[in-house]
Amino acid sequence: MPAFIVFLAGALFAVGLALAGMTQPQKVIGFLDFFGEWDPSLAFVMVGAIATYGALFPVVTRRKGPVFASLFRIPERRDITPSLVGGAALFGVGWGLAGFCPGPALASITAGSGTVFVFLGAMLGGMGVYSLYGMFRDARRAAPGTADATPT
Amino acid sequence: MLETVFFPLLGGVLIGLSAIAMMAFLGRIAGISGIVSGLLVPRAGDTAWRALFVGGLVVGGLAMLLARPEAFAITVDRSVGAVALAGLLVGVGTRLGSGCTSGHGVCGIGRFSRRSVVATLTFMATGALTVLVVGQLFGGTV
Repeated sequence: MPAFIVFLAGALFAVGLALAGMTQPQKVIGFLDFFGEWDPSLAFVMVGAIATYGALFPVVTRRKGPVFASLFRIPERRDITPSLVGGAALFGVGWGLAGFCPGPALASITAGSGTVFVFLGAMLGGMGVYSLYGMFRDARRAAPGTADATPT
Repeated sequence: MLETVFFPLLGGVLIGLSAIAMMAFLGRIAGISGIVSGLLVPRAGDTAWRALFVGGLVVGGLAMLLARPEAFAITVDRSVGAVALAGLLVGVGTRLGSGCTSGHGVCGIGRFSRRSVVATLTFMATGALTVLVVGQLFGGTV
């Protein structure tokens, strides 16, 4: 039952993305084109999604816990860091360049476009490289005896 | 009106419902970049739900492809190199910045997270700047 519901949630997400126009990169680029022929439709996607999530979030998290897990995993960090801003900035450049973000690209995979395959391959590569870098950094931190370990 | 207001609004509501279902049933933030990247370095007991959600995303996309193939039309002109660079920036950027349009833009803003508001404003600003540069300096094709 939990498996089916999670699968269904993923499917619902994809249906929403496709219906909203997020799987058409020209619509995303049109939305980001504030100084040209601005396409406002993605603003309505954000309004619909944020209003729905925002209205139901307090109702859902008032319960003792989620239905199939022990606790709500809600990010607690509040600090604005260079990583947060720098990462978001890089993501925005990529988003504006191709008109794809991770969700719509994955939902478009069966459409068979070369653009989507190239984008997803590079995206997974970027994520993988970042994970490897993270593991390398953590390993160094865990071994303080190494000569060039940098304290942070 | 239907294409620019109603469908986007309805699609947004469905995205919001899916995301809140992930919180209600699993207690998880429905951030696509986070869910996918967790699959690249699998940890015991933390893989099945991610794979199921991504599987649903792909199958839901396929269902929409069959119902509304025009929803997957790509008319922008981008070279393979530009698309690859874009994917790389999205991959690295979403990990460094702890989220993308879904995690920060929907779930984060929906619960008034300061970090997510800053991240969303940032990626919308650099996205708009990129579109401006591509349009003005490269004539809309890169």
